[in-house]
Amino acid sequence: MAVVSSTSSTVMNNVEAVRATLYEAMKNDERTVILGEDVGARGNVFLITKDFIGEFGERRVIDTPIAEASIVGIAIGMAMEGLRPIAEIQFADFIYPSYNQIVGEAAKTRYRSNGEYTCPLVIRTPYGGGVRGALSHSVCIEALFYHVPGLKIVAPAFPDDVKGLLNAAIDDPDPVLFLEHKKTYRLIKGEVPDGHYTIPLGKARVRKEGTQLSVVSYGLYLHWALDAAQRLESEGLSVEVIDLRSIRPMDKTAILNSVEKTRKLLVIHEDNKFGGIGAEISAMVAEEALFHLDAPIRRLAAPDVPAMGYALPLEEEYLSSPEEMADTMREMVQF
Amino acid sequence: MATTDMQTTTFERHGLSDEQLRAIFRNMLLQRQLDNRGFQLNRQGKVPFALGSEGHEALQAGAAMAFNRGSDILAPYYRDLGLCLGIGLSPYEIMLSIFARAEDHNGGRQFPNHYSSKAAGLMSFSSILAAHLPHAVGAAYAIKYRGETGRAVLATCGDGTTSEGEWHESMNFAAIHKLPFVMLVENNEWAISTPLDKQMAQPEIWKRAAGYGMPGRRFNGFNPIQTYDAVKEAMDRARAGDGPTLVEGTCYRYLAHSTDDNDLTYRTREIVMERRKDDPVPAFEAVLLEHGVLTPEAVTAMRKDVLRETNEATDAAEAMPYPQPADLYKNIYEGAWEPWQS
Repeated sequence: MAVVSSTSSTVMNNVEAVRATLYEAMKNDERTVILGEDVGARGNVFLITKDFIGEFGERRVIDTPIAEASIVGIAIGMAMEGLRPIAEIQFADFIYPSYNQIVGEAAKTRYRSNGEYTCPLVIRTPYGGGVRGALSHSVCIEALFYHVPGLKIVAPAFPDDVKGLLNAAIDDPDPVLFLEHKKTYRLIKGEVPDGHYTIPLGKARVRKEGTQLSVVSYGLYLHWALDAAQRLESEGLSVEVIDLRSIRPMDKTAILNSVEKTRKLLVIHEDNKFGGIGAEISAMVAEEALFHLDAPIRRLAAPDVPAMGYALPLEEEYLSSPEEMADTMREMVQF
Repeated sequence: MATTDMQTTTFERHGLSDEQLRAIFRNMLLQRQLDNRGFQLNRQGKVPFALGSEGHEALQAGAAMAFNRGSDILAPYYRDLGLCLGIGLSPYEIMLSIFARAEDHNGGRQFPNHYSSKAAGLMSFSSILAAHLPHAVGAAYAIKYRGETGRAVLATCGDGTTSEGEWHESMNFAAIHKLPFVMLVENNEWAISTPLDKQMAQPEIWKRAAGYGMPGRRFNGFNPIQTYDAVKEAMDRARAGDGPTLVEGTCYRYLAHSTDDNDLTYRTREIVMERRKDDPVPAFEAVLLEHGVLTPEAVTAMRKDVLRETNEATDAAEAMPYPQPADLYKNIYEGAWEPWQS
């Protein structure tokens, strides 16, 4: 589906892919502005917007006060009045003060005005753990938002998807929450096609084909699930791994096609299990494909605790691992 | 008790023509008539809910006169019937909102008084207090960003909203970026049932302007001319690129918060009757009569005309259809939508 205007590509990591895409957006559209904490002179805490302020000026690269509700709220006002803002929440953990602006305002602007006003807004934020980020620099937030009609949520795992989906989010006429797993920022490298292209929101991607089990994941855990599935190849076990890429909308066809082939489903995510993304996927598959299943659906997700701790054993206990994923996959294939 | 300068012999009209003064007064009469109509319709069982702005008439009619139609932007709250009328909404549009009809700007989705009109420069807003203020500031940023001098954003709220964090955040950002933004606080002394002294230790809201590094001004919101003068000064300053202003108008909420509120649970009828002695509608009528801007006959004709217009708007809106059940599913996103994509 990707519209690629060039056959050449460049190897970059996820941070570089975000940066290159934002740079292109700023170059291409004068209506685009970036606002957030430390996005200017500091160039964002991960250096994503380094040197942007020098090239585009402080009217387009806006260092905001530390006030997350109004970072999003001001971006909404800009969007309602014709700009194309890209707001940044420095860490996903800090998004809570802006919850009403995202859920109560951005998601409902088009709806409550019956289409008179729209809110073409991107909110980018780094999320997820495994970086010793403790209680307030590690959380996954997707389940708190995916319940909300009016929002779109994207969580790419690979740099080529980062670019195509971020471009699509920027072009989108409605608010998009763009989640970047911070552990993958520099860990994950890949080929990124040169030139402008978009990847439609709501389309998953089969990252590894297999026949005995369907694994659905996204973000950091998608990489760990791929790692685990590769290990099982040496045991002669064939696991299919689907990268959701978009959480809202979600790709029903890709999930059902895979489940109908493998007849088993395992959903893996870093966010808490109770009420998480896996709950919705499991319910959908149970409703749509129950009689295709040869095993109970399973979910491998975070325990029902508020967050991972700072101390290494507390972080490790919270997180899964490629080993645990491989064990679960093996159990399911052999069920 | 606040005293007005309207009963004094000096009559400072701040550049307002007779025609503009009559338009302000007519707006005040229309507000009260439409307000009462909403409550009547609720008591008749025709609409489930209504909100009143009685006591805010002078403030809103005066402020609206300082708004430039076709260029300024209004970011109001839900007690701004008169302001919205004053910037160009018709009584018919007001009644469509009260009756929640399909043709309403919001398609009958929002409560009454939550007006929205892109054509009029009236930004859509929710019931969540202060949430609209960052939007107003963002709009002001867009105006300045595009170099559109001569335009400004007029944002309003009640005293209650000034306790919200986003009120502070919005004021601060507007001041930092010297935005074309005016914060008009309509201080009616009540946050539903909570009086000013339980909302803030320092009750003069305008004084907070100094903390943000912007000018502040307080005026008697029972006097529409004083209101016009204060709001116009602030809007002109914003339009000229000289930055934001906090203006606070004092007024009083004569009615309960809404048709679902019983204000006798937290204030006495006697207190309200005492404050009714300052009612801005008869007070301004007296001023215009005294200074020959209106004759008693013209006032009678104007009242009759306002009643006729309200009746016609009521009948016309009531006759319009509700939205269809299928409309529930429209305008969630651009285009058709399912959370599950296939």
